[in-house]
Amino acid sequence: MMVRRETAQTWRRQLHGSLVILKKNAYLYYLKPPVLIFGVLFPVFFFLAFKMGRPITAENVVPGMVAMALWFTASAVGPLVTPWERNTKTYERLISTPVSLHAILVGDVISGFVFGTCLSVIPVLLGLVLTEVFVVNVPMLITGIVLGALNFASLGVLLAAPPASGPSNIMLLSNLVRLPLLFVSGIFMPIGQMPTWVQWIAPLSPLSYANALISFAFGRSTFFPVWLSLLMLVLFTLAFFIASCKFHNMWRAKGL
Amino acid sequence: MQKETVIEVKGLIRKFGQLAAVDHVEFGVYQGEIFGFLGPNGAGKTTTLRMLTGVIDPTEGTATIQGHDIRNEPLLSRAHIAVVPEEANVYLDLSVWQNLMLMAELHGVARHRRFQEAERLLDALGLAERKKQKARALSKGLRQRLMLCAALVTGPEVLFLDEPTSGLDVQSARMIRQIVSDLNRSGLTVFLTTHNMSEAGEMCSRVAIIDKGRIAAIDTPEKLRSTISSRQYIEVRFAGAVPECIELESIPGVSQIDVNNRTFRLYSRFPGQVVTEVVRLADSRGLEIADLGNRKPSLEDVFLHLTSGREERSLQ
Repeated sequence: MMVRRETAQTWRRQLHGSLVILKKNAYLYYLKPPVLIFGVLFPVFFFLAFKMGRPITAENVVPGMVAMALWFTASAVGPLVTPWERNTKTYERLISTPVSLHAILVGDVISGFVFGTCLSVIPVLLGLVLTEVFVVNVPMLITGIVLGALNFASLGVLLAAPPASGPSNIMLLSNLVRLPLLFVSGIFMPIGQMPTWVQWIAPLSPLSYANALISFAFGRSTFFPVWLSLLMLVLFTLAFFIASCKFHNMWRAKGL
Repeated sequence: MQKETVIEVKGLIRKFGQLAAVDHVEFGVYQGEIFGFLGPNGAGKTTTLRMLTGVIDPTEGTATIQGHDIRNEPLLSRAHIAVVPEEANVYLDLSVWQNLMLMAELHGVARHRRFQEAERLLDALGLAERKKQKARALSKGLRQRLMLCAALVTGPEVLFLDEPTSGLDVQSARMIRQIVSDLNRSGLTVFLTTHNMSEAGEMCSRVAIIDKGRIAAIDTPEKLRSTISSRQYIEVRFAGAVPECIELESIPGVSQIDVNNRTFRLYSRFPGQVVTEVVRLADSRGLEIADLGNRKPSLEDVFLHLTSGREERSLQ
């Protein structure tokens, strides 16, 4: 009984620590130029490059744009936080507080999740207001956005693990990972219409599954079945978070 | 009376590849003392401190802080400490007040208590008027004071300071030393790593000297100084003509001589006898002594003696 109470207290303290980290990150990093450039401007430019001058119907554009905005926004915060803290010499104090590294990383994931879900509302609303598309399955849209945001935020935190000399190196690495995964995920062209070798790679991108769920919510047919997309997003999220914990722990004192 | 041990370090080893940066280090820090941890660059000071504060894991061995093992109960051991690392900074884009609140919240300090403590500390460290200012606008000295404030607002039982006055102006350094001494008098245990020997001699109840990852000595500064009585010396400065070195070397009991311009250092275990002989020599040669004194070895002498064995040359 006593042990259970102590465990519950420890979890409560660590969760509180994660929320303090969220507050810090929101205050310090949401408006940092790299987050705004790679998280907000990037998807806008991609949308314009994809849509302008091409006869693509709104039904084909809106779900992909929602998924792409979520992809960039949710994964933009994570790669910045740890490298920035290392660079500005605040990281050592942070990891010597009684908040565990896991709780700090949970806080970082929640930061990306909140940023991604809040900003993904914008393309959803723009799509609903400016075009003829409508959501046929609201719970599935919410599930897709929530699971997708958690997954992409975890990926962002994982990408922040290597001890780079500056945040710009990690942002570069994150784009090296995010851009190829974007192109194979069926955002710009349905996976079924892509070359066979891309169809083999597409399952490796978590964005493929989030895109499938969001497209399904907008009433479009999808390459992956819904159950598989849900399962794969959960598995990818767990894998990213576990890998984040391992690598952040392994490299936590490097470059201090 | 048995002193309560707050930090107990047992067989601590940290290897980086094949290199043992910290090699079988053992010591204890008592409740309410300022424990100095001295050593040359790369001796293992910061690595030891980082192991104790949970930043890196020991390769072997362990330590307890207030009875909590740093390996098995890292969160509990860290709950008792606050750290001011050497290469650290405050959050520049947060205000002074926000910096304090962030650290207090991470340590789970209750709202009313952190408000009260923050106000008191800002006042004590001369930052009250800057509480709304962004930390970016503060000078290095003020940022260091803010770091100390942010550590103390968490209500630690043990304060780890890694070179706290390094690179600070005289006033800020003195203020930080004064505050740490005051806090120590009110019961706070302090673990201090420093290069500044006079700081260590002035502030620390006991010091440990670490060299090449191993502890070379642990004791009070006075006892450490007395362990190298052979390093006592007579310092004599002549006003006009100076004697030949060989004349001074021939004085009985003189083991070594260092010369710097008109000043001679005569090392001896028998300083009184040497002073008499120097005066006699000056009289007989008609030399004018401008200054003559018996100097005890400083903590710096002890440090150099233990860490290099080349102390007399290094002093030049």
